[in-house]
Amino acid sequence: MLGFLRHRATAGGSAVPLLQGALQKVRTASLSLKSYSSAAKDMNVREALNAALDEEMAADPRVFLMGEEVGEYQGAYKVSKGLLQKYGPERVVDTPITEAGFTGIGIGAAFYGLKPVVEFMTFNFAMQAMDQLINSAAKTNYMSAGNIPASIVFRGPNGAAAGVGAQHSQCYASWYGSIPGLKVVAPYSSEDARGLLKAAIRDPAPVIFLENELLYGENFPVSAEVLDSSFSLPIGKAKIEREGKDVTITSFSKMVGFALKASEILAKEGISAEVINLRSIRPLDRHKINESVQKTNRLVTVEEGFPQNGVGAEICTSVVEESFGYLDAPVERIAGADVSLPYAANLERMALPQVEDIVRAAKRACYRSIPMAAAAN
Amino acid sequence: MDFPGGKVRFTSEMEFISGNSETRVPCFRVLDQYGRLLNNVDFEQVSEEAAVKIYANMVTLQMMDVILYEAQRQGRISFYLTSMGEEAINIASAAALSDDDVVLPQYREHGVLLWRGFTMQEFANQLMGNRFDYGKGRQMPIHYGSNKHNYVTISSPIATQLPQAVGIAYSLKMDKKNACAVTYIGDGGTSEGDFHAGLNFAAVTESPVLFICRNNGWAISTHISEQFRSDGVVVKGRAYGIPSIRVDGNDALAVYTAVKRAREIAIEKHTPILIEAMTYRVGHHSTSDDSTKYRPINEIEYWKTARNPVSKFRNWVESNGWWSDEAEAELRTRVRKQLLQAIQNAEKTEKPPLRELFADVYDVPPANLQDQEAELREAIKRHLEDYPSDVPV
Repeated sequence: MLGFLRHRATAGGSAVPLLQGALQKVRTASLSLKSYSSAAKDMNVREALNAALDEEMAADPRVFLMGEEVGEYQGAYKVSKGLLQKYGPERVVDTPITEAGFTGIGIGAAFYGLKPVVEFMTFNFAMQAMDQLINSAAKTNYMSAGNIPASIVFRGPNGAAAGVGAQHSQCYASWYGSIPGLKVVAPYSSEDARGLLKAAIRDPAPVIFLENELLYGENFPVSAEVLDSSFSLPIGKAKIEREGKDVTITSFSKMVGFALKASEILAKEGISAEVINLRSIRPLDRHKINESVQKTNRLVTVEEGFPQNGVGAEICTSVVEESFGYLDAPVERIAGADVSLPYAANLERMALPQVEDIVRAAKRACYRSIPMAAAAN
Repeated sequence: MDFPGGKVRFTSEMEFISGNSETRVPCFRVLDQYGRLLNNVDFEQVSEEAAVKIYANMVTLQMMDVILYEAQRQGRISFYLTSMGEEAINIASAAALSDDDVVLPQYREHGVLLWRGFTMQEFANQLMGNRFDYGKGRQMPIHYGSNKHNYVTISSPIATQLPQAVGIAYSLKMDKKNACAVTYIGDGGTSEGDFHAGLNFAAVTESPVLFICRNNGWAISTHISEQFRSDGVVVKGRAYGIPSIRVDGNDALAVYTAVKRAREIAIEKHTPILIEAMTYRVGHHSTSDDSTKYRPINEIEYWKTARNPVSKFRNWVESNGWWSDEAEAELRTRVRKQLLQAIQNAEKTEKPPLRELFADVYDVPPANLQDQEAELREAIKRHLEDYPSDVPV
């Protein structure tokens, strides 16, 4: 809600006003990255999502967009900018304020054979539609024995933004990630956003597409191959963002940027970190994770959400099941604090993972942290 | 003066609109309590053939419910839910629709599926969860679904089908089909948030959907006086800008007329319509309920006999010379035999094979499920004596 209100104050431009500090931190992370491939141009995540939606809507007349403020307002975060003008109100539908309602309607349309893209202003509000999402979208293909599939995408910002409080900041990756019948993806870069959204729209299963408000304005280089309209990324495959040999750091969404920043700091101290961008929460790319841990022998999982029953817990179990003999140290888990996220900037900072938390965890896994006895002196 | 939303007249009277009007919304009926045609009624004529088909289906539905309820009591199926007392709503509404109209039921509308041609055997297969069940044994009994009959698989959570019906109706409109979505709900279901969301959305999106509310007086043990304080459900349509009507749900001709005309209006004018069909839930909520615990037995008996929709319609059909005692006896004997045979066949049929445990979670089974299936098959090979004999591997 606050994000939306902040939008009203903007002078109609595409930039979202963010707290200066957060913006600086995120920008620095991206600028310090080496380019992935021959970069054709820079593109921010918002533009990547917008173009992907546009291209998929043009390619398949069954695809349509639905949500609060997606039409006339050009999207609460401007992700659907220009789409109403281009495709008209039948394909870009502004909905009344009822998540349970428009989720159910989208699912009904998907049962019929259309391909809706349902936008939640944030996944925090999607909780009001939880029954439709789980009992109707996720389970129906199975319960109808394949007779009623629902090819539908649910997308929107997930996790913390900056100073929006507990009811606007929860990360839902582990909740949706535990449900058979759903696919759950969390893009980080513009290439991720573009490729995964195209794949999600084309996928016959219901897909939960977890974006991040703070990443919308962040720029990433994209190659010509990525810009092609047929480009898509496979769901269920993680990406090695940075190769390393001493410790594996798994992350998704905004935390990938933090993990990469941490790896720069660790490199200066002689620790070579391998950063995995999960891209997909369900199916989880257990193979790539385990392959990496079997190489590095150490694991740090990073997520923004609550620690108990989180994504890191599942990754840890997968590694214990398949690569126990390869581990040289206990698995380190970095997650948000086990409290509702506070609003005050200093408290919020302490309740969310920061780059230094990841650095310390990696050092602990490498037995390089300060011994307890020495610290006690 | 103007406000957002249009012009409104001013008034100097400070007066609250009463929560309930002095007179309740009247109830449309064609037949009187004894099945005699009332005078000067505007209703949809039915031919002899159609009338006999409607009546025969009502009897079949009634017999199905009695016999299958007993089957549960005998331990042959795990659960059952009857539509006793609501045969007219089930069959007459179905008769008024076209086969292209997509039906999203709550769970007390198996008569609609019966009308559309679902056979006794198909019903029995689902109840037994055997390998011919279209649901592959995935669902509880009575959760029927059939793509070819345009009957969307039943989903237990109440009222979720209402916004989904709007989504389907919207899609039919986009496709310019001569068809609408038809969705059913009980009186209790109208308390759910999805009822509000569905009706509001249907109106805003101008979708051709019929909302048929079976107001049968009871939501398990909750009487309607504890469910809402409005004049039933029909008045709620106006709150959303939806045309609505109250009909005698126990009068097959009234239900037939209302649904047939509602359907035409919905498709032609792209509008939802709310139909409140007044009736009584003669049976218990389900086999898990004993309604004598919360309502008087003589009340149940009264509605079962004096207000029975099946016998009422029979009177009208017979008064036209289209039915007889002989026809009745022949029908009942035939249906009973068919039903018992279907149950026996279904019981003897083996259960769905093991691979159906892992299929349809996604379009293609993911790696982890393929692994689990392989592990399970291994375990079965090693311990075949522990594995049930009526489940094919």
